[in-house]
Amino acid sequence: MSDNSEILGEIIARHHHREGPLLPILNDVQEELGCVDAESEALIAKGLNLSRADVHGVVTFYHDYLPTPDARPHVQICRAEACKARGVEKLIDTASSAAGERVRISTVYCLGLCSAGPAARTGDDLHIRLDEQAITNLVENA
Amino acid sequence: MTLVRISDDALARAGGADRLADAFAKKGCEVHRTSSWGMHWLEPMVEIDGKGFGPATLDDVDAILDGTSDKSIGVIEDHPFIATQTRITFKRAGKTRPLSLEDYEATGGWAGLKRARQIGPEKIVEEVKHSGLRGRGGAGFPTGIKWDTVMKAEGPQKYIVCNADEGDSGTFADRMAMEGDPFALIEGMAIAGEAVGATQGYIYLRSEYPDAIRKLNAALELCTDIIAPFKCEVRVGAGAYVCGEETSLLNSLEGKRGEVRAKPPLPALEGFLGKPTVVNNVLSLQAVPHILNEGGADEYKDAGFGRSRGTMPIQLAGNIKHGGLYEVGFGVTLDDLVNQIGGGTASGRPVKAVQVGGPLGAYIHPDQFDIQFDYEEFTASEALIGHGGITVFDDTADMLEMARFAMEFCSVESCGKCTPCRIGAVRGVEILDRIREGGRKRDRIELAPQMHNAPKDKGRDAGDEIGLLTDLCETMKFGSLCALGGFTPYPVMSALRQWPEDFTRNPELVEQALPENAG
Repeated sequence: MSDNSEILGEIIARHHHREGPLLPILNDVQEELGCVDAESEALIAKGLNLSRADVHGVVTFYHDYLPTPDARPHVQICRAEACKARGVEKLIDTASSAAGERVRISTVYCLGLCSAGPAARTGDDLHIRLDEQAITNLVENA
Repeated sequence: MTLVRISDDALARAGGADRLADAFAKKGCEVHRTSSWGMHWLEPMVEIDGKGFGPATLDDVDAILDGTSDKSIGVIEDHPFIATQTRITFKRAGKTRPLSLEDYEATGGWAGLKRARQIGPEKIVEEVKHSGLRGRGGAGFPTGIKWDTVMKAEGPQKYIVCNADEGDSGTFADRMAMEGDPFALIEGMAIAGEAVGATQGYIYLRSEYPDAIRKLNAALELCTDIIAPFKCEVRVGAGAYVCGEETSLLNSLEGKRGEVRAKPPLPALEGFLGKPTVVNNVLSLQAVPHILNEGGADEYKDAGFGRSRGTMPIQLAGNIKHGGLYEVGFGVTLDDLVNQIGGGTASGRPVKAVQVGGPLGAYIHPDQFDIQFDYEEFTASEALIGHGGITVFDDTADMLEMARFAMEFCSVESCGKCTPCRIGAVRGVEILDRIREGGRKRDRIELAPQMHNAPKDKGRDAGDEIGLLTDLCETMKFGSLCALGGFTPYPVMSALRQWPEDFTRNPELVEQALPENAG
């Protein structure tokens, strides 16, 4: 077993007293370990006195949790209606080819910047009014 | 020293407001980071002595300071976009620093809570009922009646849950409210707690809003003593759209899969952890402090139209020239909103369609733009106000593609509880693909002589596929527990009805296949 159990124990202890502690725990695990893998699921299940199936069911329900870590930089591009209306679909190929294998591109539905799309997010940074040039720069510098 | 005000709203920051603020600070100005006025096409906007400049870049700093900038829009409060609004929920927008308790108190903050504590639960609920406030999350259920139910429910522990899972595309009012005036939301929740006898509140906030999470956490820390004994905590979601549905949100808050619950039991009686719970949208709670001010309920009520009382923070989004937040009393027409206030499309091309109410709202044709903003009137036209987001599309939009996206979105975000939503949405995407192809020929296996029971005809044409789509939409509409499966047919069918030429070269097929025309 890896040495994540200490970190996991700490995260579980941090939220154990809350009402409905599972999501806060999973958010922190994803944030600190980069994924919620089977080992984490087992430890969390034990810590909260749940079955592993219960925890696995929750983990797989939400889009934010990854089963394996992905260390690549991550660019989320909004492809919901408002950004579509502002032409995001024309940028997707450009973004993908700029990203290659180095950057992880994923789709997000709405960053709440709908009056100034196309919009994207890298980490906690947001970007608006993207055009081909801007999205290429964004992906290349991610 | 010159006082410069620049918004620290996420949209302004995404447009470079932080760098701009640094540049002004370097020039020796005092910089205040305020909330956003909501004129998004001008963000990042710089405000000096009430006058605005935008959209500003680093190159404009010198010109703005020496008064020669060509980006001046004059006095902000006199700008037609602002001057024609009735700002109640967003009364502090652009005017205060979001995390300044001093600014909040100076603009009437906490007065509603103080008065609420004096008049007691019965009277609070009475006033909220009197104001006519209806849930701003989409369903439009009267807030006062919900509070009344929870107030009268028996139980040692009750909860206030704020639904801040604003996932609809084209909406950002919750985000702006939480980032720009976080104390007002907290005050609204504390008042709700006072009314129904709850001491614990939760704000369920989506993970896509990092700025709002940061600001609300900071705000809660600053005002712990003021709202005590009421306690409140931010809970961050994990990227599931369906968790904006209230029962799904409650499951998620409890740490379960965000699956929808059947109602009854109503959350008001058996909500979070089975206890009586008020679940309200951000905008509903944000309006409460104003309503609880002396005479606030009357003032709020007077702003409305028909049975829709008060103001609606409308969000102008998508391909629109003047996008942003426009709070106004109900009754304004779509034409005014899109063509007058919004200034038409950003691309300069003609408006083809607008979608009101997010991904589950119907597409509305410019022919119907005389429709007034009012819950009942929208319902009568098979459209919905939802969260008040208006997404504008120009004539390059392909409505078949948008209908397909509605189905695709539903299939990605379905919680999986109801079969018509979980499977129907996937089939919907497939049918729309086949409509684009002009139908479906029988395949090799079906045509093989061994397949005795398979029909050996020419297959289905586009008209048959449209008939299937119509059937499927009926099934989803009536066979799903929540609005995701139940309302996805609205954008699909409204697109099909009004832009049949985008679906097939022979629009008559659509005509014949629609249920009102079928034998």
